[in-house]
This record gives sequence, C-alpha cells and structure tokens, in this order.
Amino acid sequence: MYEVIERRMIVPNLHEFTVRAPAVARSVKPGQFVIVRPEENGERIPLSVADWDREAGTVTSIFMQVGASTAKLARLKPGQTIPTYAGPLGRKTDIENFGTVLLVGGCYGIGSIYPVARALKEAGNKVYTFLEARGSFLLYWEDKLAAASDGMFIATRDGTKGRKGHIADMPAMLSAAGITPDRVIVNGCTFLLMRTSELTRPLGWKTVVNMNPIMIDGTGMCGVCRVSVGGKMKFACVDGPDFDGHEIDWAEFLARRKSYGPEEVDPLRRSSCASHF
Amino acid sequence: MADEKPTKKTLDIKRRPMPKQDHHERIKNFEEVALGYPVPTAREEASRCLDCKTALCNKGCPVGIDIPGFIKRIVEGDFAAGIRKIKETNALPAICGRVCPQEEQCEKMCVLGKKGEPVSIGRLERFLADWEAGQDKIEIPVMAPKTGKKVAIVGAGPAGVTVANDLLILGHDVTIYEALHECGGVLIYGIPEFRLPKSIVKREVDYVRRLGAKIEMDFIVGTTRTVDELLEEFDALFVGAGAGLPWFMEIPGENLNGVYSANEYLTRVNLMKGYRFPEYDTPVKQPARVAVVGGGNVAMDSARTAVRLGADEVHLVYRRSRTELPARLEEVENAEEEGVIFDLLTLPVRLIGDENGWIKEMECLEMELGEPDDSGRRRPVPVKGSNFLMPADAVVIAIGNSPNPLIPMTTPGLELNKKGGLMTSPETARTSKARVWAGGDVVRGAATVISAMGDGRIAAASIHKYLTGQE
Ligand SMILES: Cc1cc2nc3c(=O)[nH]c(=O)nc-3n(C[C@H](O)[C@H](O)[C@H](O)COP(=O)(O)OP(=O)(O)OC[C@H]3O[C@@H](n4cnc5c(N)ncnc54)[C@H](O)[C@@H]3O)c2cc1C
Ligand code: SF4
Repeated sequence: MYEVIERRMIVPNLHEFTVRAPAVARSVKPGQFVIVRPEENGERIPLSVADWDREAGTVTSIFMQVGASTAKLARLKPGQTIPTYAGPLGRKTDIENFGTVLLVGGCYGIGSIYPVARALKEAGNKVYTFLEARGSFLLYWEDKLAAASDGMFIATRDGTKGRKGHIADMPAMLSAAGITPDRVIVNGCTFLLMRTSELTRPLGWKTVVNMNPIMIDGTGMCGVCRVSVGGKMKFACVDGPDFDGHEIDWAEFLARRKSYGPEEVDPLRRSSCASHF
Repeated sequence: MADEKPTKKTLDIKRRPMPKQDHHERIKNFEEVALGYPVPTAREEASRCLDCKTALCNKGCPVGIDIPGFIKRIVEGDFAAGIRKIKETNALPAICGRVCPQEEQCEKMCVLGKKGEPVSIGRLERFLADWEAGQDKIEIPVMAPKTGKKVAIVGAGPAGVTVANDLLILGHDVTIYEALHECGGVLIYGIPEFRLPKSIVKREVDYVRRLGAKIEMDFIVGTTRTVDELLEEFDALFVGAGAGLPWFMEIPGENLNGVYSANEYLTRVNLMKGYRFPEYDTPVKQPARVAVVGGGNVAMDSARTAVRLGADEVHLVYRRSRTELPARLEEVENAEEEGVIFDLLTLPVRLIGDENGWIKEMECLEMELGEPDDSGRRRPVPVKGSNFLMPADAVVIAIGNSPNPLIPMTTPGLELNKKGGLMTSPETARTSKARVWAGGDVVRGAATVISAMGDGRIAAASIHKYLTGQE
C-alpha cells in the first residue's frame, strides 16, 4: 500500500498527486512513468512523473480527470492509500549537452516536462520552455519552470496570458526571439505531440515526443502500447516512451488511442485538446 | 521393457474419465472445467498402475517425482503419505497436475500406454493436491536452521517460487521481487480461471510466504533497482522473469484496432478480471467473430476465453495440422467441444481494416505439409494462389513470447543465448555473471511450468552449494 501525501486540483480538472513510494523516488529519472491502481478492483493506468523528492521518498504526477479511474484518483485524500504504485517504467529522456533545447508542454505535460528542464539545465544546455493552454487559468508550475529555464514562451487560446494563439505560433515566436533549437522535446496530449512534430519537420528540428499510449502492465508484457516508429513496431513502455516525433505513424497512433474510448479504458490523457485543432 | 511383463494383474487398459462441467454450461462461465476425481475413482485409477520395477514414468517427469510411489499410497488410501511423497520433489502439485503436458512427459512413458491408455498420472497428482487443500492443516516441512545468507529472486512465477521454496527450507533468507501487483506469473495473468483457478495459485504462493519468503510487489528489477544494486545487498540472485514479450507476425495491419497480443487479451481477462467489467474497471471488447492465431496452450486459452466472453464464432487459425498442435491434448479436445472452429493449415498474411482503423478481415493462405524441419515437425508450405479472405472483428495473436529485454538491458555481464534468453549452464543454472542464476522461460523462451520448476530446483541446489561454501 502506498500513502497519498497530497492530492489537490491545481487548475480545473488537473490534479497534483504526490505519493510516498521510496523505491520509485530513489531511482526515477526524467521522462519515466509509473503505473497506478486507485483501488483493489481498479485498472492499471500509466502516469508520467512530474517531480520527486529522493530524501522524503515521494513522487509527484499531474493527472487529468477524465474517466472512471482518474475520477477515483481525484477523490483520494492525504493519508489514504492506493494498492499499486509501480515504477519507474520506460527509458529516461536522453539528457546531455545538446546546446539549445526547446521544451514544449501542455496539459499534464507542463508538469512532466519540468524534471526534463531541470536535468537539461544541469547538463549545461540553454533551456527554453513553451507552454500552451486554453487560457491562463490552465497554467501551473510557471515559477518552477521559469527557474529551470533560460526563457519562457506562453500561448493561450483566449489570450489571457502570453500570445493569443497556440502551438502553431511557436516557430514564429522563437524566430522573433532569435532562437533556433538543437532539439525539441514535447510532453502533453497526443495532439500537441503530433502538431509540434508536424511543425518542426520542415524546419529540420530534431523532435523527441514522450508518447502516452494505452498500457496495462507497463513492462512490455501486454503489447497494447505498440507504436509504429520508422516503419517498425515498438513498445512505448520498453523502447520508449520517448521517440523521434518525425518517425511516428500518427494516424495509426490516434486510431489506437481511441480504441477503448467507449469503455473508458483510456480516460487519463484523452484530453479536450483535440477540439483545439 | 520386456521384463515388465505384468503377470499377476490383468491389464486394465481404459483410464477412468474425469468428470467435467458439461460443455453447454461451461461456455457460459469462467469456472474450472475439469472437476477432479472423486475418491473411489481415484483409487480405481491408481489401481491400474502396475508398479513397475524400473518405472519409466519417473524418467518422463522433469522434476523426477516418484510416481509409482505416490500412486501406491492412493491405492492404500493413505493420501497424506501420497502428497508428502510428491512434495519431496514438487512444490506445486495442484498446478502441475492441471497444466503439465502429461502426454509428452510422464504418461508418454507409462507402459500401459503401449497396450491401451496410460495411467492418468496428472489427474492423480491433482487428486492428492486437492485432497490436501481440503484438509484443515497443510503440513509445513522441517526447516534447516537459519544460515544468515540472503537471496534475491526476480519474478514470482513458478521458477522463482520453486527457488524460494527450496532455499527457505535450507535455511536461507529469501526476498522475491515481482513487477505486477499479484504473484504467480503466467499462472495468474495468462492461464485462465477455467483451467487453473486463481485460488490455487494464491494458496501455493501463500505457502512460500508461510515458509518465510518476503515478497515485494510493484518492484521492477532493472528500473526500480538494478541487479547490480541488489547484489550489493544480497549474497546471490535468481532471475525468473519469464518470457513476457509477445511476438507479432510482422505482417501488414497488426497495429489495427481489435488486434491483440494473447498477453493483452488474457491479462485483461485474468489479472484485471475484465470479464467482470464493470465490477472491475478494466474492459474487454466483446466482438462477434474472433480469430485466434496460433496452436499452443496460449492460443487454446485465448480461443476458449473468447467463447466465454460471448463471441458468436471463434476460429483458431494454425499453419500446421491437428497432430502438430503444441497445446495439451485435453485442452484441444475441450476447445473442440466448446465449439471453437479449427482452421488448420492456414496462414494469415495480411490484416485488413475498415475506414476507422478497426480490423475487418484477414487475408490467409492455405498450407500443405512438406518435409520435417528442425523441430521435427513437418514444415508448412503455402499453396500457390490459395489466398482467401476470412472476416474477423477481433484477432488475437498467440504465436509465442520471448524474454523481456529489460533485465539484460540494465545488467552488464549477462550473456544471452540464441533465443534471446539468458545464457545459463544446464547443470547449475548459473549465468555468465557472478552470483546470478536464472531459469524458466527467461532462459528457455516460452516453455512449460514444470520445466521452469525443474530449472528452479537445479538453481536452488547450486545456490545452496555456493552459499555454504561447497564449491
Ligand atoms: C496462456 C498461457 C497458457 C499456458 N499454458 C501452459 C500449460 O498448460 N502447461 C504448461 O506447462 N505451461 C503453460 N504455459 C507456459 C508456462 O506458464 C510458463 O512456461 C511458466 O509460467 C514459466 O514460468 P517462469 O517462472 O519462468 O515465468 P513466469 O510465469 O512468466 O513468471 C515471471 C514473473 O516475473 C515477473 N517479472 C518479469 N520481469 C520482471 C522484473 N524485471 N522485475 C520483477 N519481476 C519481473 C513477471 O511479472 C512474472 O510474474 C502457458 C503460458 C501461457 C502464457
Ligand atoms: S509433475 Fe508433471 S510430468 Fe511430473 S508426474 Fe506430475 S504431471 Fe507428470
């Protein structure tokens, strides 16, 4: 059993969720995820890791409440316990000194991009962060991200913060600031991953996307999370979750994510983002 | 064999059938199909045994159970002595009696099989194990004094549980690390309830817990902690991580919706209890026409699961003929009774989807059998121009699994064998890395419960020798 340390809604529908899991906290790295089961009869759902405290033995994720399982998570109170919190899973995001790196975050990915920013900064990169949201009311962790970045860009659909616009405006905003990234790393909903990849392909900017397919076990056993990358079948849980965004078969991936839609196996990161494009 | 002439007894060449749930009924539930022998039938069946002087059946058992020894106890009605006899070499008899491919092992060697039907060794083994479970107390063996040595075991499948059992009895400290939220490996997430009730697996795992095993769940060796980190804390480590990585056919269309690995299909149903959705949260699709590709136990289990989930038509598509089906014979017969349609000598070459990316039909080729291949089975060869379309709104791929790369990927010094499994010495189960042993499917690729246990037994003996300075 794993104790819930904190569970609060930080912006509408997004919850910050901290659990005591010393074994995970001790070894987790940027870009990895955990598998969580909210209660004994619950399903196993993946959550990207957004922060941790190795000494306190705690791990933090940001999740969006969409379906049955996340609704159960959203009802948890500090002091309560959950039966499964397994991880860390997946390969870590590649961290080295690439030069200039642009981090793109949206939705739960604003949280999970944070440890990536921190590690890249420590590795000596110039780190820029681009956040996208419907409105300023959906932004969070800006201070944490600002502290880990050399510069921040924000686009909101309603113009309540930063530029009125969305991810499509990213290249223009960067070029106005005279920035050409050596690498782009994207965390967030499928549409953000896909749209960013489409935008950066003609620019020749290497783009790494942190994929979020449906999973059951998270260790390579079920094969639910298969993704076509460069024409080859890959398992996001053991070969990823980071992949080259220019090599992914996005049409197939979108179809696969929707496959359990009606039964809600995949409530977690199926976000409202789709309506934005 | 000539010296085995059964002189005193007239040969009783017919085995006693085991009662089963009627197939009209059982396709509507997930309860166990085979019901086990009642006491009188068990004693009758046991009496068929000739108690051969040089019993060949023993040699057919990968863990070397004294088969005539335990059967004699059944004839005498001393069931406690019978189960004790089995447990000298097999810690999981309730499981083996149900899932061993007996017709390839012990029963294949039985001399009665030459004239008629072999003794039902598996059913008798199961009978004793079930009899014991029905008693109030389960005997705990005599434990050696504590040695103070610590052993880590990766994976709570049959291989890991066997090593734990043996080392605990020898007085060593054992911690099992398991990635999933339940113990038992394939016995829990793969083999369905109707063939191996989960309560039996739980009972066997509880037994090693009672012997003193510590079990850490949700712990993925390789990422939660690496093998090298564990070796700092433990004197020895056993890898029994199984062969969990599903194979696909590498044909077009496998990523269409409605195409599942057998692991996914069975895990949703078994581990996550998808058949009890919405009481349990994990859903399973209920398509009308399911095609399962493969011919082993995994394929039979998937097909029979599809029947129980209410599919109108379930096809089992296999590229060789019925004789080559690698599944246990009993399960092939059960599947046939339950209405699974066998499309033999058939090879899928392409999966075709509808406009929404869902599987719609499968293009297949007819096959014929050619010369025997490396496995000794006749090689299937396609019949030119025999392509045809088979409609299906779900396809379950059950063509095999290989060992998960996670541990080798994160452990320097572990060499691999040709199958992508860990390389070990067959006599000791030692890997190429100091203080690390391995066995079961992680070494052999997808194999059997009993071979995993056999490996575990060898590894435990070798680990014990090492820990006590005998080598
Ligand atoms: C559907 C199906 C039906 C079958 N039917 C039969 C049958 O009728 N008869 C028969 O003899 N055999 C059958 N088999 C095969 C048999 O189940 C296996 O050969 C046997 O279970 C192998 O045992 P094992 O201990 O090596 O591995 P497993 O049973 O696979 O157990 C491995 C365990 O290790 C855990 N693990 C993996 N990686 C890690 C890690 N990194 N850290 C921690 N834990 C980890 C896994 O979660 C799992 O619990 C069947 C298999 C399947 C899939
Ligand atoms: S363990 Fe398996 S092979 Fe050995 S006697 Fe029992 S059924 Fe036969």
